[in-house]
Amino acid sequence: MSKKPLLEFTDKGIYCATGKFYIDPWKPVDDAVITHAHADHAYLGHKRYLAHHFSREVLLYRLGEINLQTVEYGEKVIKNGVEISLFPAGHVIGSAQVRVEYKGEVWVVSGDYKVENDGISTPFEPVRCHHFISECTFGMPVYQWKPQADIFNDVNSWWRSNVDHNQATVIVGYSLGKAQRILQNLDLSIGNVYTHGVIENTNEALRRNGIKLNPTIRITQDTPKEEVRKGIILAPPSSVGTPWMRKFNPYSFGYCSGWMAIRGAKRRRAADRGFVLSDHADWDGLISAIDATGCESVYLTHGYTATFTRYLNEIGFDAHEVHTLYGDDEGINSVPEEEPTVHPTTSKANGFEKSEAQVLSFGEDLGEAKKEVKI
Amino acid sequence: MKAFAQLFLSLDETNKTNEKVKILKDYFNTVPDTDKMHMLALFSGRKPKRQINSTLVRNWAIEASKIPAWLFEESYHVVGDLAETMALLLAQNRGSSHKTLTEWIAEINALSTKTEEEKKLWLMDSWAMLDSSERFVFNKLLTGSFRVGVSQSLVIKALADITGIEAPALTHRIMGSWMPETYTYEQLVREQSASDDISRPYPFFLAYPIQETSEKQKSTDELKIDLGDEDQWQAEWKWDGIRSQLIKRGGEIFIWSRGEDLATDKFPELHPFLQALPDGTVIDGELLSFQNGQPMPFNVLQTRIGRKNLSKKILEESPVAVIAYDCLEYKGEDIRHKTQAERRVILEGLQAATPFPEMFRLSALIPFNTWEELGQTREQSRAMIAEGIMLKRKSAAYQVGRKRGDWWKWKIDPLSVDAVMIYAQKGHGRRADLYTDYTFAVWDGDKLVPFAKAYSGLTDAEINKVDYFVKRNTLEKFGPVRTVKPELVFEIGFEGINKSTRHKSGIALRFPRILRWRLDKPKEEADTIESLRALLGE
Repeated sequence: MSKKPLLEFTDKGIYCATGKFYIDPWKPVDDAVITHAHADHAYLGHKRYLAHHFSREVLLYRLGEINLQTVEYGEKVIKNGVEISLFPAGHVIGSAQVRVEYKGEVWVVSGDYKVENDGISTPFEPVRCHHFISECTFGMPVYQWKPQADIFNDVNSWWRSNVDHNQATVIVGYSLGKAQRILQNLDLSIGNVYTHGVIENTNEALRRNGIKLNPTIRITQDTPKEEVRKGIILAPPSSVGTPWMRKFNPYSFGYCSGWMAIRGAKRRRAADRGFVLSDHADWDGLISAIDATGCESVYLTHGYTATFTRYLNEIGFDAHEVHTLYGDDEGINSVPEEEPTVHPTTSKANGFEKSEAQVLSFGEDLGEAKKEVKI
Repeated sequence: MKAFAQLFLSLDETNKTNEKVKILKDYFNTVPDTDKMHMLALFSGRKPKRQINSTLVRNWAIEASKIPAWLFEESYHVVGDLAETMALLLAQNRGSSHKTLTEWIAEINALSTKTEEEKKLWLMDSWAMLDSSERFVFNKLLTGSFRVGVSQSLVIKALADITGIEAPALTHRIMGSWMPETYTYEQLVREQSASDDISRPYPFFLAYPIQETSEKQKSTDELKIDLGDEDQWQAEWKWDGIRSQLIKRGGEIFIWSRGEDLATDKFPELHPFLQALPDGTVIDGELLSFQNGQPMPFNVLQTRIGRKNLSKKILEESPVAVIAYDCLEYKGEDIRHKTQAERRVILEGLQAATPFPEMFRLSALIPFNTWEELGQTREQSRAMIAEGIMLKRKSAAYQVGRKRGDWWKWKIDPLSVDAVMIYAQKGHGRRADLYTDYTFAVWDGDKLVPFAKAYSGLTDAEINKVDYFVKRNTLEKFGPVRTVKPELVFEIGFEGINKSTRHKSGIALRFPRILRWRLDKPKEEADTIESLRALLGE
């Protein structure tokens, strides 16, 4: 029998038996290396956390008092003889790929990543490795992103036109990552940026971390509606269709997500405008990133894994599909926005296994630890 | 084409009716008249003839996008729309075309005389010339799969605002078999008479359901409140056939189905009676198959609709007849403004004069004195091979489109069984990449036999949950179809049930749909094939 691989896929997450640590585990473990602070990667309940400096405040804000060690990109940490180092993933501020090396064998776990420089997250850096564990959220050739400058031209002219028509502008994106990317690329000569509390909490955490963000104004009960109308409102997906959003009427509502590339998804979301803006790599981005690692084999964790794996094998990669519980943080595709309203006594009858329903994140988390999750 | 692609984008970007009308008006105000007519033709379901078969278009798109065929197919399942899939897969292009919609359609039509090689060259050049949003509408034109997220009535409203012509008149003027190449905008907006196009049908008047859903039964007291006194109304059976308009003008006959398809040739047995009608007559009614003078269930008619050649056997065994219920034109005069009661008298007069009473039947009026009495009669609908009862206000004019107030349908409650979902398939359009199309099964001993497919009936939130279940409980994949763990139980409603040799279960359902998700039922408590057979009523 060949030797045990350095990293393996277990029912708790990606595991390094030699180093005795997990990467982005979804069940409680002793040692967790966290790629980034999104809810489907950073769960509550581990004894020790390791992440990038820029994830510090957001993790503390989201998960509460945790035992957290943070490091710089490229800095080496040794656990039980195994060398761990983080490299920029370009997904959100503080997101990292995890490089694991033991006796000359190198594995890299991508977490979520994009290859385009968004101007705010440290840009993605390919890392040479033997084995690459990659996401493929948008691993279908229909997903081809335009440069973000084009997208933000559209966003800014839409905002300007709303101001001219005296209607409010609500732009929706995930509270960690998308929100700050939008914020830094808005044309602030048009007006002020107002934020939903969930996003402002994340912004504050990032500012505590020393990240310089454009000025924002938190929306409160007292914020005058007429003022807000001249600006732009940054809101999380969970606020769509809520009374909170409706009180800005009349407004135009734009949704920023990679899923907006497809007309059907856009119509399903019933947004006035869909902006194709993603924090994940598109089809060409995924292939170029995987190619740049020079890896012998690649493992696909989440997204269109079956299709993408098959294609990679056809073009000469040694690709494998693996099952994980990493979800889709762009929050539109498969996972219900809200917790499934399954009656406890009937949960068996309709197939939502309890354990799974508890572990999976259901779209946008509200920036706080999921206190109700039994660990 | 740029304007037309932009029209599509803009319509997609708003859900507000007023906005959509404004966008449509802006379009009409900026494009040449010939483009207006092409747009009207497309938006009213008049597709250009397909000049390249879609397999070729597909193959050439695969070639141009440099991906394997299987990956193209999978992309199509994710996108749910062929034209859009091709537009997304072709390499991005920043060019843009200055040709008008009219010019593009002319080029497409000119392909009919070209060789396959020439067609391919033209298509590759065209794709290279267009940006991705233009490519999308271009592909739509090419594949003839034009469906727009805008109702024809909104287009008419925009046009009515611009021309000052009333919407019902415009609706009428774009009925029938006109061609955008020959019917000009000038002709459209000019004062018209019935002789302009002797084949042109009138817009159909459609009824609203009196009770919105089968769960919310209306009591007869509520009917009384909604509808008022019984003697204001006439009641008829709601026949389950093909809604049609039959026209005799200038010695010629035309049969139109509600989908605005000219179906004159499909029903040769009706020709003698139509020829015998006086010129300038238009009748509204339902086409049904009959056997020994009795109407047959819809599936009998359905088996002959698709056929190119009608065998003697079919014509002899189950000939079609019309059950007439209205007269829209009499002696060359449009009588839609007359009351229901007046039109009925005229219709009865025409029917009394026909030498073909077997083919030209009257939809009998159902006598009733109270709503309660009518409610009891309604219970016999299935035995009458009817879907329920139609209520028509005696003083009402014949109106345009679906209107509340004067025509109501009072359908019978659907039959229903509890069934287990066993296959799921992705939907299209708005629901692409979501598992929305399900196949249901009932128990036959310890086996589950599939008996119906249903696409509708769940809310978006429920669809999300079922989709979530499907993606995590897939047993096998066959192309786009997934076999799922049999576990979810749904109540399936349907209008009728018939024997079928084409289905595994031996039965065919009429209009199956999901009534509700039975979260309270485990799969063991779903119904059996015996309970379905019992509904056949043999």
